[in-house]
Amino acid sequence: MNYQQLMARAGLAQATADTTLGRRGFLKLSAGAGFALGLFTQVDDATAQAAANGLKPNQLPAAFVNIDAKGIVTVMVNRLDFGQGVITGLPMLVADEMDADWSKVRGELAPAGDAYKDPAFGIQMTGGSGSMRNSWLQYRELGARARAMLVGAAAQRFGVAPEACSVANGVVTAGKKRATFGQLALDAMKQPVPEKVVLKDAKDFKRIGKPTGRLDAQAKASGRQSFGIDSRAEGMKTVLIVHPPVFGAQAASFDASKAKAIKGVHEVLQVKLDRGATGLAIVADGYWPAKMGRDALQVSWNTEGVEKVDTDALLARYKQMASEPGIKVREADLSKIATAPKKISAVFTFPYLAHAPMEPLNCLIDFDGTRCKLSVGSQFQTIDQATVAATLGLKPQDVQLTTMMAGGGFGRRAVPTSDYLVEAAQVAKAWRAAGKSGPLKIVWSREDDIRGGYYRPMHVHRAEIGFDDKGNVLGWDHTIVGQSILMGTPFEAFMVKNGVDSVSTEGVADTPYNVPMALQVHHPKVNVPVLWWRSVGHTHTAFVMETLVDEIARATGQDPVAYRRALINDKHQHHLAALDLAVEKSGYGKKTLPKGQAFGVAVHESFGSVVAYVVEASVANGQPVLHRVTAGVACGTAVNPLAVEAQVQGAALMALGTTLPGAAITLKDGVVQQSNFGDYTVARMPQMPAIAVHIVPSTAPPTGMGEPGVPPLAPAFANALAQLTGKPLRALPFEMG
Amino acid sequence: MTSLNVNGKTVKVDADPSTPVLWALRESLQLTGTKFGCGAALCGACTVHVDGQPVRSCVTPISSIGKQKITTIEAVASDKVGKAVQAAWVKHDVAQCGYCQSGQIMSATALLRSKRRPSDADIDTAMAGNICRCGTYARIRAAIKDAAASLA
Repeated sequence: MNYQQLMARAGLAQATADTTLGRRGFLKLSAGAGFALGLFTQVDDATAQAAANGLKPNQLPAAFVNIDAKGIVTVMVNRLDFGQGVITGLPMLVADEMDADWSKVRGELAPAGDAYKDPAFGIQMTGGSGSMRNSWLQYRELGARARAMLVGAAAQRFGVAPEACSVANGVVTAGKKRATFGQLALDAMKQPVPEKVVLKDAKDFKRIGKPTGRLDAQAKASGRQSFGIDSRAEGMKTVLIVHPPVFGAQAASFDASKAKAIKGVHEVLQVKLDRGATGLAIVADGYWPAKMGRDALQVSWNTEGVEKVDTDALLARYKQMASEPGIKVREADLSKIATAPKKISAVFTFPYLAHAPMEPLNCLIDFDGTRCKLSVGSQFQTIDQATVAATLGLKPQDVQLTTMMAGGGFGRRAVPTSDYLVEAAQVAKAWRAAGKSGPLKIVWSREDDIRGGYYRPMHVHRAEIGFDDKGNVLGWDHTIVGQSILMGTPFEAFMVKNGVDSVSTEGVADTPYNVPMALQVHHPKVNVPVLWWRSVGHTHTAFVMETLVDEIARATGQDPVAYRRALINDKHQHHLAALDLAVEKSGYGKKTLPKGQAFGVAVHESFGSVVAYVVEASVANGQPVLHRVTAGVACGTAVNPLAVEAQVQGAALMALGTTLPGAAITLKDGVVQQSNFGDYTVARMPQMPAIAVHIVPSTAPPTGMGEPGVPPLAPAFANALAQLTGKPLRALPFEMG
Repeated sequence: MTSLNVNGKTVKVDADPSTPVLWALRESLQLTGTKFGCGAALCGACTVHVDGQPVRSCVTPISSIGKQKITTIEAVASDKVGKAVQAAWVKHDVAQCGYCQSGQIMSATALLRSKRRPSDADIDTAMAGNICRCGTYARIRAAIKDAAASLA
């Protein structure tokens, strides 16, 4: 993906100047330590130097590493941290190559800026489980460059050659001479930035690979961590938006007199909203008056001309489409299915899903007519900055975007249309047009979030499989029906080919199993906004593939693990490694489970990593119970094994939630039927199984870990249940007939 | 003006009497450690203690508090149970995004004050009202048990 193309596609101008790397911005960072030294502060000199030696802004320690007089090393993190732990993991990479004292290392989320663009994607973003994968070399090189500059400064001070210096725990020594990073920082800034650096061999890592507690653990255990929703500004007002009941509908008329009569309500503004809708914004002194104002507001809506979706009818339509010819993705000879000794004919259904991160969507926006300040837990800083700028008639560099820690996201904060930020900008414009000024905090209620669209798209899969008594697959006819996430977005050019949205078919089209599969896809257009949801297409494709393969094994009397091992293409060694580890650690095939319990297995690759689960489950009072999960994970180098474990634990739990009754968004007459955690089910403490996570040892570069734990959990659970009941499960959430 | 006792201090809040304690804490008193998650007592992110009992502050009007004492995450470590819970949270690296953790810690602390050695079933019951979308429940359970052991 290329940033210029991406922005051009979106009709957005490219930010030409970096607005955020100014000296002043970083001085405050060290204010608490009393005296600002450090590499950050010389960014202008460093930029000039870099231009001379060919380094890009994202290769310069100046933009990433600050060392204060006390030797505190602050590492700028070019990502959003919304739980996955990059605020710890990326500093680990820098610290290891620097030989810093880990107890003195801190992480800080970077604002929108050129230096912080993803080296692979060319825009500043967090997604595709790519933070470690894409910044692995970048951050280690940053650390190595900073180390070389510190050594250069020490060598001059000591009067020795740089080669005579050694570094450990933030101290440079040469014989009996020693100096700390804090003592050397000022001189280090004057050192040339080396273009080429030699990185450590894996055997020399001191921090990478070591289970490491999160740098924000204390702040998050004491209420001191500041999230986007905690942002404040002098004179700030709080805004709640009234969205139409049907996506894209219009506010026909409204009566704001009762709302405006409420103490603390300042203004009710008519505003343009996402997808051509219009609605109202209540500007008030705080959330509660805004809420009272919203409750008192009377609006009549014009829903003519917008499709009013009914998910029951839509599901019936999808099932029909699944038996009609679609766009061909893969071809194979299917002539042997009709005469195959054994057959499976299956239709799978998956609902719309809301992300429902614990922190409702919000942002703090201050637009003065020529410049805009935006504080937000953004996953797409470059796109959000440019899109807000375009909405306000500004250049991207006139929008100063501060990245705030976010309370979860799971995809909802990575919106190609920047939906809720554009709405915030529309409110800010309307506020100014009403003759007002000052910062506004836009907050979504949970109801706004659950009903606000941008769901994991509903999907239907149909598979007709013919196989012989030994489980040899003779033909596999597969059709997927679901809305495209990427069509109509800037990503279409890169991830939609021949009318096929690759995130709809990932996990099926690239199956590791040696099967003669034909795959077709339908992408109906539906008036429901859709978006990636943690692990994207794999949320449904893994379920279909892993339950079907298991079913063939059961139907031919074979062990599901042995069958998978035989069927997996030998190019997919990571699948086997993850599967073998999970099997070995779980006691599968060796230990006897209590009566009424069964093992279930699934293995799936996503974002470059493979996760295998062996689960133990039972059915109690007609309801499935997941008792134990053993994970085998192949993710290259596990930079922070504690974070890998956390991601797998959390992903497994999130996936478990998708199996539970009520884990679905449904619509009737265009209106979303769910509103809050009372009618939209997510997993809670009593559902949490025992879980053990085992990592395949590796020194290969790290692959993604934020998402790959999601896909194989639901199918492993379903396979255990099918073992117990003899009935395969064909839907999420589970339908226990 | 409503008078409230928050973290041992008496404070005045200029807000409508129907205002939930959550918003008085977050907006009037700038105690933002208590979080807004659902506004309907369904997720537990806003949990505070009122006279030691865990309460969902998002549905508790300030007018209902009277002389009862409110304790928030900012002051929960002022007694040994809260302190032990917080320490266990850090030791077990519980937080991911961390947004729900204030509420989790308030619920866990209230549990340990009433039951020094909670069973798994006790933990399930006490914590079922606190949602964590990151799925930190396994570590929460471990941390509660560890905190209980450290208090024994």
